[in-house]
Amino acid sequence: MTADLGYGMTLIALGLAVYGGVAAGAGARTGRLALIESAQHAALGVFVLVTSCFALLTYAFLTFDFSVRYVATNTNLGTPFYYRITGVWGALEGSIILWSWMLALYTIILIVRHRVGARELYPWALATMLGILAFFLLVMTVAAPPFQRQAPVPADGRGLNPLLEDTGMITHPVALYLGFTGFTVPFAFAMAALITGRIGDTWLVLTRRWTIVAWYFLSLGLLIGGWWSYHVLGWGGYWAWDPVENAAFMPWLTGTAFLHSVMIQERRRMLRLWNISLVILTFGLTLFGTFLTRSGVIASVHAFTQGSIGILFLGFLALVLLTALGLVAWRWETFRSEGELDSVVSRESAFLLNNVLLVAAAFTVFFGTVFPLLSEAVRGVKVSVGAPFFNQVNIPLFLSLVFLMGVGPLIAWRRASLDNLKRNFLWPVALGIAAAAAAFALGVRSLLAALTCATTVFVAATIAVDFTRATRARLRVGESLLPAMGGLMLRHNRRYRGFVVHLGILIIALGVMGSHAWSVQTETTLHRGETAELAGYRFRFDGLTAVEESNHFKVVGAFTVSNGRVLGVLRPAKKFYPQEQAPIAYVDYRLGLREDLYLVLGDFARDGSQATIKLQVNRLVSWIWIGGVVLTLGALLAILPERHKSV
Amino acid sequence: MKRLWRWLIPLAAVPVLVLLAYGFRLSPRDIPSPLVGRPAPGFALATLEGAPLELATHRGKVVVLNFWASWCYPACYEEAPVLERNWRGYRERGVVVVGVDVQDKREAALKFVGDFGLTFPVAQDLKGTVSVDYGVYGVPETFFLDRQGRIRVKHVGAVTDDVFRTTVDRLLAEAASP
Amino acid sequence: MSRVRIAVLAALALIGSVASPIAAQTATPVSEDAVHDIALQLRCVVCQNLSVADSPSEMASQMRAIIRERLAAGESPTEVQRYFVDRYGEWILLSPPRRGFNLLVWLLPLAAVVVGLATAGALVWRWTRRRRGVRPPPVTVDAAMSERIRRELESGS
Repeated sequence: MTADLGYGMTLIALGLAVYGGVAAGAGARTGRLALIESAQHAALGVFVLVTSCFALLTYAFLTFDFSVRYVATNTNLGTPFYYRITGVWGALEGSIILWSWMLALYTIILIVRHRVGARELYPWALATMLGILAFFLLVMTVAAPPFQRQAPVPADGRGLNPLLEDTGMITHPVALYLGFTGFTVPFAFAMAALITGRIGDTWLVLTRRWTIVAWYFLSLGLLIGGWWSYHVLGWGGYWAWDPVENAAFMPWLTGTAFLHSVMIQERRRMLRLWNISLVILTFGLTLFGTFLTRSGVIASVHAFTQGSIGILFLGFLALVLLTALGLVAWRWETFRSEGELDSVVSRESAFLLNNVLLVAAAFTVFFGTVFPLLSEAVRGVKVSVGAPFFNQVNIPLFLSLVFLMGVGPLIAWRRASLDNLKRNFLWPVALGIAAAAAAFALGVRSLLAALTCATTVFVAATIAVDFTRATRARLRVGESLLPAMGGLMLRHNRRYRGFVVHLGILIIALGVMGSHAWSVQTETTLHRGETAELAGYRFRFDGLTAVEESNHFKVVGAFTVSNGRVLGVLRPAKKFYPQEQAPIAYVDYRLGLREDLYLVLGDFARDGSQATIKLQVNRLVSWIWIGGVVLTLGALLAILPERHKSV
Repeated sequence: MKRLWRWLIPLAAVPVLVLLAYGFRLSPRDIPSPLVGRPAPGFALATLEGAPLELATHRGKVVVLNFWASWCYPACYEEAPVLERNWRGYRERGVVVVGVDVQDKREAALKFVGDFGLTFPVAQDLKGTVSVDYGVYGVPETFFLDRQGRIRVKHVGAVTDDVFRTTVDRLLAEAASP
Repeated sequence: MSRVRIAVLAALALIGSVASPIAAQTATPVSEDAVHDIALQLRCVVCQNLSVADSPSEMASQMRAIIRERLAAGESPTEVQRYFVDRYGEWILLSPPRRGFNLLVWLLPLAAVVVGLATAGALVWRWTRRRRGVRPPPVTVDAAMSERIRRELESGS
């Protein structure tokens, strides 16, 4: 019953989306407003239907409606209330519903915001959005239907993947998908620009805020994913360079490049072709990510089950790329506008350099991710491309990018004079060198760590220099300190909001660098009462206890931690779920600004007399999450409407 | 129509798409073993009952070396009767089945052996050294060794009657001919 | 809930195994860092994309023990790595060895950076030259003036 209702609604939504897309396109071609209005109504219908589908599925989860196969597979009577809601998007079918719903939501926002302002571009953008939405609804009806009947109705369901029983799992996919789908809007406007031949600045101005929103959610999704990985997966890290993580990271890189190159086009009317290409690339990469996650072509921890859906996604990816690039080829002549620059030493150049590095990093990640396929196709040999490769190749690129983060915002547009350089960079460079020297004096011998120290301090100093100078200028006009700083943020162009985002990234870079360079770990087997030592901490094994939970059973170890005085008891566990073969490690940790204690319970004797543990002292990891908070703040400021037109 | 080359732009996406499409033909879980064709690594373990079990003592026979675990459900449960049946059918013809139990607990393994009435020798690989020596990824995996003690076939997943018979018959025939 | 209990007892029977102790009954002392460095380069075979160093699985822990043992027996890190490659193939190395076809994955990113920089450099050069060729050199605003303009802009008035 529920299944049929849901499936029916999905079908109608698909029909409406197809109709709406065609109507919007026809309306745009013929200029008949009635058609466009009709398309808008169709879009509204799609939104209402997808929302109802989503609500229906949630209701089915809450009421244990096992007549729906998806519910029966992803929940059981023991699943707590909270995870019955997040279970809705815990697996493939539900993730597609969530995705479609967000796309529909964005479509509605697009209609509300741009219906009036952008007469020429809007209908085509609407048509593109509805076309993409139609594809996802097609997936929902054909390849991964969430509403499928389960007969006979089982008495109990199978249960959610235990790794997903975590708060991070509500927010991580939601943020990530908001980011992924968010890039659909700039893409839709880029397509509209290509179709109409209005490849000037209008589409950029229209999509500017959209891009920031999408970029921000993508960043947030990546960070929450890292946090989930760190405290749930129990391997002691936050980023594994897994193909699916890479898939989410690539559009972030190209999206970041786009956010910067947009500024050059706004000021100098240059790089139009480049900007359009970046948007196409970014959107293509989000599709590639979905393809990778759902096709099973490349093995990954995060991969959903495979099926016909992979082929469907590949077909759509091909359609999107060929159409978009075909349009670029078609409009080739219109792009022919030569740029002009005043000087090699200018912010324009810094931004170009930033774009080259970001796109090169994206390429590196892409090539490394698909290289196993290539190797098998050419040599017939399976190889792995993992963390050691990506770290080695990308660290120099990222370090250069961080360095540019200090240079870019302070170097002058058009032409930087010697005076400009001296005025802005003398102190930061001096401080950077001093930091490297200090690091060396403190015993840091790795060139990389010293370079990172120098770069981080340099960038922080540039931000500080500019910020104090601007605040002082305001003070001189008679404002008092706090309003002056606040005013800078809120009123004065987006420059200072961008700084806050940069600061967030810088703090994250610091955390990443610190955890790489200074973390230590060990592994040992302890008898009850015995103590292990690591980095000045002592861990005493106090024993094991068994606990039964509503849907699983766990064995919990108790370890008293001290460093001279007792700091507390860590209780890592192993969880045994009936539906899983292998137990799930549940880590315990003690977070700190300087270092985290991280404890994983390994093998243990059944009588509780001995246990093997993996101990880690992870340095500076907390700064990654703190950086995430700063970044959020900066992005929120950047999204706020500007009260003052920027210069 | 000049500047035809610009139509090459969309074509740039084609190689990538072809590569991804090629990926559908592969299984990322299917990894060929470099050990096939090489001499099988020797080992000396103890059976579940505590008796010594050495691979070298079976030299000259066709050896079916099966890695399994009692927690490996359902594949190991599917193949256990197959192994037992064929062990009984072939043991007189110079074939021996050897089970290696990995990452398991003795009681659970004994129960498994009892439940299925397994009569072929089963050893326990407590430290995982033998599984790593054979490049085992997961259970069940089965190696077919010829009379010269070389690994000839590696089978991943549950062994079926068909796989067992065709492989063993081939190895027996080959060894008899020269 | 009895279903949970049965499954759990079964699971416990399996997992709470003999806890093969990691102890230092070895000949030469082996530093945990050395074990970690080798394990970082090896792919955990039962996981999807984690290294042997990182994986919390039992298989990985056994593999770490094997690394430790082989080092203690006096093998060099290269020899230990070769031992695993001989058994699992190149696949087990998390970064492809730098020879033959694999060089492509190492060199192409480098080539991308070089080509990217060269292209951007060439464009900037062309654009700045065009500027000079077509128009008279831009008016040089003196430093004091630009500073004043800048202040006024920043004061937001």
